[in-house]
Amino acid sequence: MNGRIVVAGASMGGLRAAEQLRAAGWTGAITVVGDEPHMPYNRPPLSKDVLAGKAPFESLAFTPKASTADVEWRLGAKIVAARLAERTVELDDGSALSYDGLVVATGMRPRRLRCPGPLAGRHTVRTLADAQGLRDELTRPGTRVVVVGAGFIGCEVAATAVGLGVREVTVVDPLPLPMVGPLGELPARALLKRHEERGVRFALGTGVAGFEGDDRVTGVVLADGSVLPADVVVESVGSVANTEWLQGNGLDLSDGVLTDEHLRAGGHPEAVAVGDVARFPNARYDGVPRRVEHWSIPTDTAKHAARTLAAHLAGGAVELAPFAPLPTFWSDQHDFRLQSFGAPGLGLEDVRVLDGEPEGDVLVGYHVGGRLVGVVALGGHAAALGAAKYRAHLLKQPALTA
Amino acid sequence: MKVVVDMNKCQDHGQCVFAAPDVFSLDDAGHLAYVSDPDDALRDEVEEAADVCPLQAIRIED
Repeated sequence: MNGRIVVAGASMGGLRAAEQLRAAGWTGAITVVGDEPHMPYNRPPLSKDVLAGKAPFESLAFTPKASTADVEWRLGAKIVAARLAERTVELDDGSALSYDGLVVATGMRPRRLRCPGPLAGRHTVRTLADAQGLRDELTRPGTRVVVVGAGFIGCEVAATAVGLGVREVTVVDPLPLPMVGPLGELPARALLKRHEERGVRFALGTGVAGFEGDDRVTGVVLADGSVLPADVVVESVGSVANTEWLQGNGLDLSDGVLTDEHLRAGGHPEAVAVGDVARFPNARYDGVPRRVEHWSIPTDTAKHAARTLAAHLAGGAVELAPFAPLPTFWSDQHDFRLQSFGAPGLGLEDVRVLDGEPEGDVLVGYHVGGRLVGVVALGGHAAALGAAKYRAHLLKQPALTA
Repeated sequence: MKVVVDMNKCQDHGQCVFAAPDVFSLDDAGHLAYVSDPDDALRDEVEEAADVCPLQAIRIED
């Protein structure tokens, strides 16, 4: 098979795409372009064990499959523009690459707060370099930390900071409870209590108005004018899709890259998207296209997208069932774990305790029209295993209709 | 096929059990047990198990 597939993005999605293209029978050239200097590495520990110093940074590197030995890696290079009609991309060094197939795997970057104040001392957690920089500052004695944003990253970083023995950790969020968006009120309330019992403070129901300090941040100004003293600030306020390079091609880039049910972008059979940048309809649910930032998604999307693309480039029709992954996520915080299967976010109107109680290990079910669509366990290892027992049931459920 | 799990990394997520139930299992205490020399016919599912391990603790050594 001749020709070349360009994979834009050299993180987990890019790696899995390259591996799955080989598994799907593509024997032509594969060039992976990524702006970080590293080979693909595993990001979840960046806010947990690696930030805590319990695992070395070197332990994060993925081991690429042998089938990708001849893949060309263009690292420290960034694709700045694409012309899909001509099947070429442009790199930041001015060179151009032509392709027969394109995999969009450029992922997300942290959203930054735009309010006034100094930048020094303010961190995000997405890359290895981010985590290294944050760890250096968290391990200084007597550090006061303010985490802005009580989502996955914010809650994990707050827990890790407490474990590192920092002087003070406060989490700020405009919503009334941590992780209430993905979890709903009942588990979020239990989560808050667990964090508070382990020494995390919260300033909830309030936004950030600005940062104090001259050269470097010394405090976080809240919406009511009060100030939280801070030596280190972590901004974990969501993410922005890296899609600027795709502009001008008629694609829907309003939130990531909109794809069809086979992860093809904008009706281009030779361009697919994988990972958290892909906004795809999940045939298991209501068919509404959504981006999904869970760790399982790069692997799931890469497998389906690679088959789609390899079949097209081999001249055949795509004979796949529409993409229908069962979402799963976990989050380790302090000495407990959140473990989910299915789509709790679709069933937030009908949340029931399936097992245990919010004060201890608890398993919560999320329902649509009385039907279970997702579960979340909060607690120890046994609770997480309890959630896993529902996985087969969730897989067997017929698709939700729109 | 030889399968090696780095038990220092493993945190008993159990994702490998879903992907390759013939090779990986959780014992009564919820800890990982596995067959270290599975039949080559199971290669696809073992590769899938290695892919979905959150700690990337599973290695396939031919």
